[in-house]
Amino acid sequence: MTDLIPQIPLAAWIDAALSFTTTLLSPLTRAVSGVLSTGIRGMVDGLVFIPPWLFVIIAAAAAWKIAGRKVAILAALGMLLIWNLGLWRPMISTLSLVLISTLIAVAIGLPLGILAALNDRFFSFIRPILDFMQTLPAFVYLIPAIPFFGLGAVSAIMSTVIFSIPPAIRLTTLGIRQIDAELIEASDAFGSTTMQKLIKVQIPIATPTIMAGVNQTIMLSLSMVVIAAMIGAGGLGGEVWRAIQRLRAGAGFEAGIAVVILAMILDRITQKIGAGRQRSVVTGDADEKSDDTSETDAA
Amino acid sequence: MDDQTNEHEPKVKIKIENVFKIFGKHPERARKMLADGVSKDEILKKTGQVVGVADASFDVYDGETLVVMGLSGSGKSTLLRCVNRLIEPTYGRITVDGVDVVEMDTIELRELRRKKFGMVFQSFALFPHKTVVQNVEFGLEVQGIDAEVRRDKATRALDLVGLGGWGEYYPDNLSGGMKQRVGLARALAAEPDVLLMDEAFSALDPLIRTDMQDELLSLETQVKKTILFITHDLDEALKMGDRIVLMKDGGIEQIGTAEEILGKPASDYVARFVENVDITKVLTASDVMKKPTFVAFLRDGPRTALRRMRDAGLSGIYVVRQNHELVGYLSAERAAEAVKKEEKWIDHLIDGDDVPTAALDAPIRQIFPLVADAKMPVGVVDEKNILRGVIVRGSVLGALAERGEYND
Repeated sequence: MTDLIPQIPLAAWIDAALSFTTTLLSPLTRAVSGVLSTGIRGMVDGLVFIPPWLFVIIAAAAAWKIAGRKVAILAALGMLLIWNLGLWRPMISTLSLVLISTLIAVAIGLPLGILAALNDRFFSFIRPILDFMQTLPAFVYLIPAIPFFGLGAVSAIMSTVIFSIPPAIRLTTLGIRQIDAELIEASDAFGSTTMQKLIKVQIPIATPTIMAGVNQTIMLSLSMVVIAAMIGAGGLGGEVWRAIQRLRAGAGFEAGIAVVILAMILDRITQKIGAGRQRSVVTGDADEKSDDTSETDAA
Repeated sequence: MDDQTNEHEPKVKIKIENVFKIFGKHPERARKMLADGVSKDEILKKTGQVVGVADASFDVYDGETLVVMGLSGSGKSTLLRCVNRLIEPTYGRITVDGVDVVEMDTIELRELRRKKFGMVFQSFALFPHKTVVQNVEFGLEVQGIDAEVRRDKATRALDLVGLGGWGEYYPDNLSGGMKQRVGLARALAAEPDVLLMDEAFSALDPLIRTDMQDELLSLETQVKKTILFITHDLDEALKMGDRIVLMKDGGIEQIGTAEEILGKPASDYVARFVENVDITKVLTASDVMKKPTFVAFLRDGPRTALRRMRDAGLSGIYVVRQNHELVGYLSAERAAEAVKKEEKWIDHLIDGDDVPTAALDAPIRQIFPLVADAKMPVGVVDEKNILRGVIVRGSVLGALAERGEYND
């Protein structure tokens, strides 16, 4: 085969395209890089400045308020364990990367998701791209980030954003598209403008689904931020990476467990934000009111 | 009833002229085939075009309830949505108060929807994230009306449908019937001229549905609205509609009052559609009564009364005042006795208590037992107790037979 038909130089083409865009966009990427690295450093420094015991208390209190006592206990014990293992600073650094990546991914993903929900043509344009993005091995994203942003946290964030953005887009689109057609008709029939319909009807009703997307985006960010240790992201992933290189299974597991703990805390809390919102929005104080209903019905 | 429609020419509120809705990329081909009399299924098979509405034309009069009835797939809901352009009609003209709706741009259309129409949906379509009162004021909210004013109007609309005090609840806390009351209040809140009701009561339990129908009928007398009501339920159509449009396969089979549709079906399809209707629920006393040609007046003497009876071949006669207000019934025997005794007046002879009477709009089902038990004809009176007609045994059966009920 290779003798008869010359190999298509796909790799060479991609490299050429990449180096061309790198030079073309270098002023832009340098600016982005500057802003982001300042942001990351500021955030990590700020969070590290808080004493761990205070941080644990704040985090546990927040978890209690949003997700209840069980999650609060889980968060407190988990973070105390991380502190005890001497992984506090890497954990804070990983958390910062996750939060910044998620923020960027959601800021880009929600508008794209809304657009895809409202515009069929854009939807059919973006869908194969999302499929492609989600099936491409995660490592591949790391390589092109380097020529644009160099080794380090900024490249890590960029590849993380790209890796974790699909669910934010997809579930926003899904949430809006699956709204009962009669509700959309009702909105139109009473004379809403497109914007009124979006803000007063479509987004509020889609919010639980959108929040499920945000939750998935956070989880994907966390997994990618760990992998991004390979291009110098540091944090808990950096600890794992170092353990691999030195074949130190124990240290590797310690860092691994810290990642799992962080993942569980983030997952439980963000899940509750989505579900809790749905409950309070849809049924209000269900118990109190259902009592009233039955009384009135009986009367 | 008849003289009412003749009193003044009804004003047309909505005019639907030759409206087609064809789903697909080649509506022109489907339209031509329709004109050649090709069936909807055939058109779908040959061209892939789905015919929703085929050449529908009718007027909706100001203040009337017009029911569009048909089985599922007959195009009735599509037609309704063409009126406020939730669905764009493919061809045809629709005018509301003389203004062409199809020609309107986005802004004009939005104004029309805000001011002229209120819509009620089959599965209620209440916004789950808004409270009842927020749902009701939605139409006012999108108009940018001041929060206090719209809360006021929404509260009033809720009172109107009997849900005062339920404003702060979420739709999920309400039963089906209550949800649809909210839907109705939402449609009424902006005080539109026209209510578009898409199978509004079809999702409700039979008992609740009857309640809602009665409620809408009584509401109609309070707030005079033009109502375009879609249903697949013939009984509901007969009950709610001043007039009924019967649709089949996107086209219109017949337009008319309940009695016209039942009495003179325009096609075999309509006849089959209505054959299971219990006609005794639909026909009223006024449909089967005979004009009271022979009555005695209170001033008449027994002799005159007796002569009237003899002329008409009756064994008794209704006695009325000068203005035809019913007084009672006088039997031939008593009149004859009075003649023998040479009495001058008949007022003390009249049997005023046991006279069987029925209201003009009483369904004949209710009249059957009266007719069966009474020794005299049943008097039909209006709300002022004026004698408008009489029903004898034969006339009920005759009316039913005329309509083909007892042919077999």
